[in-house]
Amino acid sequence: MPKRTDIQSILILGSGPIVIGQACEFDYSGTQACRALRAEGYRVILANSNPATIMTDPEFADATYIEPLVPDMITRILEIERPDAILPTVGGQTGINLTLELHSTGVLDQYGVELLGAGVDALRLGEDRQLFKEAMVEIGLDVPRSGFATNMDEARVITEELGYPVIVRPSFTLGGEGGGVFFNRAEMEEVVPRALQASPAGQALLEQSVIGWKEYELEVIRDLADNAIMVCSVENIDPMGVHTGDSITVAPQQTLSDVEFQEMRDDAFAVIRRVGVATGGSNIQFAVDPKTGRRVVIEMNPRVSRSSALASKATGFPIAKIAALLAVGYTLDEIRNDITGETFAAFEPSLDYTVVKIPRWAFEKFPQSKTVLGTSMKSVGEVMAIGSNFREALMKALSGLELDGDRVQMESRSSDPVSLRRRLTTPNWERIFAVFSATRQGWTIEELHQATEIDPWFLREIKEVVDLETELSCWSATTAPRQLLRRAKFSGLTDRRLAALMSTDHSEVKAALAEHGIQRVFKRVDTCAAEFPATTPYLYSTFGDEDESAPSDRRKVMILGSGPNRIGQGIEFDYCCVHAAFALSAQGFETIMVNCNPETVSTDYDTADRLYFEPLTLEHVLAIFEKEKPEGVIVQLGGQTPLKLANELQAAGVPILGTSPDAIDLAEDRERFGALLRKENVLQPANGTAVSVDEAVAIANKIDYPVVVRPSYVLGGRAMAVCYDETTLRDYMSKATDVSPGRPILLDRFLQNAIEIDLDLLCDGETTVICGIMEHIEEAGVHSGDSAAVLPPHSVSDDLQDQMRAIASRLAIQLGVVGLMNVQFAIMGDEVYVIEVNPRASRTVPFIAKAAGIPLVSVAAQIMAGAKLAELGITKEPKLDHYYVKVPVFPFSRFPDNDPLLGPEMKSTGEVMGISKEFGIAFAKAWIGAGNRLPQEGTVFISVRDRDKPATTQVAREFKELGFQLVATLGTAKFLRERGLEVADVKKVAEGRPHIVDLLINGDVDLVINTPLGGEAYLDDKEIRTTSLRFGIPCITTISGALAAAAAVRALLGGNLSATSLQALDERRKAST
Amino acid sequence: MREADQAGVLLLEDGSRFEGTLVSSGECFGEVVFNTSMTGYQEIITDPSYRGQVVLMTQPHMGNYGVSSEVSESRRPWVEGFIAREFTRVPSGVGGEPLIEYLQRSNVPALEGIDTRAVVRRLRATGSLRGVIAPLSADPDELKEHLHTMPRMVGRALVDEVTCDEAYNVPAQGEERCFLALYDFGAKENILRSLSKRGARVRVLPARTSAEDCLALGIDGVVLSNGPGDPEPLTSIIEAVRTLLAAELPLLGICLGHQLLGLAVGGSTFKLKFGHHGGNQPVKDLVNGTVAITSQNHGFAVDGDSLPYNCRVTGINLNDGTVQAFEVNDRPVFSVQYHPEASPGPHESARIFDEYLKAVTDHAAVAAR
Repeated sequence: MPKRTDIQSILILGSGPIVIGQACEFDYSGTQACRALRAEGYRVILANSNPATIMTDPEFADATYIEPLVPDMITRILEIERPDAILPTVGGQTGINLTLELHSTGVLDQYGVELLGAGVDALRLGEDRQLFKEAMVEIGLDVPRSGFATNMDEARVITEELGYPVIVRPSFTLGGEGGGVFFNRAEMEEVVPRALQASPAGQALLEQSVIGWKEYELEVIRDLADNAIMVCSVENIDPMGVHTGDSITVAPQQTLSDVEFQEMRDDAFAVIRRVGVATGGSNIQFAVDPKTGRRVVIEMNPRVSRSSALASKATGFPIAKIAALLAVGYTLDEIRNDITGETFAAFEPSLDYTVVKIPRWAFEKFPQSKTVLGTSMKSVGEVMAIGSNFREALMKALSGLELDGDRVQMESRSSDPVSLRRRLTTPNWERIFAVFSATRQGWTIEELHQATEIDPWFLREIKEVVDLETELSCWSATTAPRQLLRRAKFSGLTDRRLAALMSTDHSEVKAALAEHGIQRVFKRVDTCAAEFPATTPYLYSTFGDEDESAPSDRRKVMILGSGPNRIGQGIEFDYCCVHAAFALSAQGFETIMVNCNPETVSTDYDTADRLYFEPLTLEHVLAIFEKEKPEGVIVQLGGQTPLKLANELQAAGVPILGTSPDAIDLAEDRERFGALLRKENVLQPANGTAVSVDEAVAIANKIDYPVVVRPSYVLGGRAMAVCYDETTLRDYMSKATDVSPGRPILLDRFLQNAIEIDLDLLCDGETTVICGIMEHIEEAGVHSGDSAAVLPPHSVSDDLQDQMRAIASRLAIQLGVVGLMNVQFAIMGDEVYVIEVNPRASRTVPFIAKAAGIPLVSVAAQIMAGAKLAELGITKEPKLDHYYVKVPVFPFSRFPDNDPLLGPEMKSTGEVMGISKEFGIAFAKAWIGAGNRLPQEGTVFISVRDRDKPATTQVAREFKELGFQLVATLGTAKFLRERGLEVADVKKVAEGRPHIVDLLINGDVDLVINTPLGGEAYLDDKEIRTTSLRFGIPCITTISGALAAAAAVRALLGGNLSATSLQALDERRKAST
Repeated sequence: MREADQAGVLLLEDGSRFEGTLVSSGECFGEVVFNTSMTGYQEIITDPSYRGQVVLMTQPHMGNYGVSSEVSESRRPWVEGFIAREFTRVPSGVGGEPLIEYLQRSNVPALEGIDTRAVVRRLRATGSLRGVIAPLSADPDELKEHLHTMPRMVGRALVDEVTCDEAYNVPAQGEERCFLALYDFGAKENILRSLSKRGARVRVLPARTSAEDCLALGIDGVVLSNGPGDPEPLTSIIEAVRTLLAAELPLLGICLGHQLLGLAVGGSTFKLKFGHHGGNQPVKDLVNGTVAITSQNHGFAVDGDSLPYNCRVTGINLNDGTVQAFEVNDRPVFSVQYHPEASPGPHESARIFDEYLKAVTDHAAVAAR
């Protein structure tokens, strides 16, 4: 069927800020959908609150709304744009929940908007577990026995019937949030209420446990002619009981016979047809009892998902793009297969390689949380690796993870025989290393299988790696037999690992491999196991006879990506890499992308001219460099991942484009950087560098408490803390030693109550252009990534801003920056301090690019390739007539045991942008967009530490004026009453009952303002914050944040929020200049 | 390479060689074809259509699950040799014989550890090639000579090597709806199972059974099975098919059976460059416009342009446009190049059996009146 001509404009819903369970895979899918539909001539309207995404760049849609993804705002957009249709299936759970809400309130009908892809019934059937189960039984499929509970009594009755253990799945939540497993009555009392609380419908499914069964996912696609295909099968190595997003997975499935597999495929088609997904992709999950082969349907997503992003990268089949085209009427046999160019999308990819995905977790950021994995997803990113067999793919994926220690260190951490069994039996993020350890200690496959329930096939593959390592350690590089070395490289062991095993250095290993003719070759991912020629260079490395890379002799640039997403290094860096690829391709360079993150736009085969899906390690990157011989490599856009490689790459003769690695080092090196600042007469907080506890204490005494301490060379404030006294400093130092082995600890005088500023600029080595200045809303001490911020500053004088501009420009020239630079300032009184300088891409780049309307990275990439700012027409700082507010989002609800407190260590996973001419409205939009509630009436609870009390008066007064009741703990209440405010008392937890937590649980408080007290009162405080979190009561932990919230409430009370597209803003900006 | 393993080589007629490990020893010659199915190796190994062929699997891991007697497609393995990147020694799951042991026991040479993708790319470029798997110690000149003297697939009649020795019956499961004859040119078990489970009683006939003997059975319809080799030299069988066509009985031709039907109606067949061997082949139904993913295994195809005016091509391979199904006007003839019985591969074309059996019972009802 040809494409539909009865619709002209389509609204695409994005997925909002990056959160656990919904990350940059939806930037990938949304970007693909936008590009595909625009190429077909449709007017594309995009709504997404997340400014760090590529899709929200103005060139990807005709109208781009960076607005909160809430029904009111979408309604406003519908009113302005009057689209003919909505595509709800590429924006994750957010897109679907929004659509269902707009439907139930009648908005969709009111504006006559059609749903593309899946109708309301299908969306509901996919999301509502009860309806879904009924539908499955109706078509004769097996499902685990279960029942729905809305209260504890019902839960007890159902449990009685099912027997323990029971899996709890709250309805309508994302990534299994709020779910869990209970094995006994006591745990039931803990898990069920939490699940009911987490579900917007107050309902949870209690399900017969199929823990330990094998878990599979099938990605299927259907079109309007009812053709259905299966794009990819995925097998979870971690059996049922671990959320699929937290499981190590392999594609294609490895352990089912054709008989079993084809039946599962039949079931998957029956499911997509019964649920009624008219067009597009769905992900269907199955569990199989390894003993009997019984197969049950677990769930389905009637939309593109994280799994479909993985399936797309694993097969080369672009699910989101195809889904978008099917949604507008094409059928699978009408859409070309991009990779072969000669065949069509109506086929099923065949893989002649093995793909392994390993999640990346951030438990180190949440030390109070258990590292146990369950049905609620906790990982923040993932790596994918492609190899010629499972072992190679697994070992490559492990290399790509970039953990703090290497595999051997991780293994030895898990090797304690006393706790080893527990590490194997209880799923946890380090379990794969425990499996290696146990194998090394002589556990049999049967024993390991019994402990882990991991299929013996995978365990045997791991044992083969361990056996190879054991054998290698008996040889030297010169004596090791060819067959052994060959098997070792075929099994994914790195040169470095071989060197360590044979007690030599890796150059000798390289020589031995060369002598034996064991060579790394590059093969293509082509969807068809080489049945048809591949025209698209999507490559991976392996060992073999034939190399298919066929490098060109064009001018080319290689861009190193940012690896797996983690807190502190996320989508922003992918944004930078992607834009560099676009810009340099447009300049006539051939662009070569290297990355291993399957969720991203950068690993889309049509982003750069050539894609190498490889781990970002020296060995893998150098192999690509040697094959491609590019003019230069860009390392400054992918965060710490490529920067860590810069020096070794340079030493190996790789030309680094842009700012030199030495300049980047200088900025990181305390001594050298301090010297530069002194030379330039720039203030920095008093500081010192310590390699021992005593040294640290001595420095702290000299520069005076409080001090900020952190290891050198970290991103995202990893292991950073503020110490107010010697005790906490000693405690920190005793724990900090393993953070960054061999690297010193840095101490800075902490500038209390200072205002922090981010300034971003472009520099071509000779001239600089300031791009944006952002004022943090939280005071200094909160990590810049976690602080709300506003661009332009709303409370910093022009004179101070000019001082900062001048300092930043001077430093950029002094450092010889060619590309991007970010400076963090602190303002205390009238003094400007430089906190740090990052002469490379930083997290702020996409935000500033979008607010300032400058294609920052595109310009930076061209500068790195030799252009000058003036030639590119970038000569002056843009003038802004709106406020752009950033509010971060946090994963605290996934880590319920953890204190949701902000500090120098970054904890946020994503951010949203709010845009308005008024600061209050911009903040309100961002606050709501970040998923927070903002009450417009009710009771505000205030409890602040002594040094915040003076500033609290204004906060209290503002809320009072807005009509709120005030409640405060005794000290704060007394202080406020003395200043003429009417405040009710409430006891702290330690003061007896009823206390503040009782009030919170009873729903008597609508907003919490609580600045941390530290010390003894800490636990009391923590309970307030964790309870607020549990009950979804907004909790603000800084005074400046509270003031901004008051301004936002005032703005909300003043009238409705309006929506404006970036394109309209740009028009206005152009008209005014 | 493990101790018991022996160094081996795959040598192709164009001179290219790939050194690996013989996991099942021996020497074998055949046309080398690649199969892109990611599962179903046991079904492939036991499919008589692979007589005369060495099969290379593109999915790197073979033998992940065990071999079990129920899923065999015939009484023994038929592939001349078997190649994969890696063979699993101990299968996953409960029971099942390790694939390597099965191949060893059945004297099927098997090679691992070669760059299988490089071989596929070679075959794709040159077309199917004759090849040999042998121990590395074998005399290369002798191998080469043997390679160049062995017959090519074009013109090779292999049906007689795989058909049953004498006729036998397969009872209907449940209520008997009809009685069919099936010409065994190397029939896969699952064709018989597919018919029987739908209520057909089947008389399986040796390939050279005359049409008269067949018709004398008092059957309601005839099925022409899949099988190995070139259909063209099978002239007496083509004659028999012509007679059966004239009898106006409902006919179902699958794979080789389909090619024989094509020849019987006056069309011609030709050798594909490297054939279709896999479970992901899209077939476009030209009648209703839908696409089905099918299991295919053929090196020859019916030339659509050669079909007479009373025939209509009803299905094509979406990838290369080759004929996958045709109809004969006013005759209940079902002729499909792909494998509706799957095994291995997707099940969705099984409806062909339903449609055929409906035609058979309808026809029988009319005839009875």
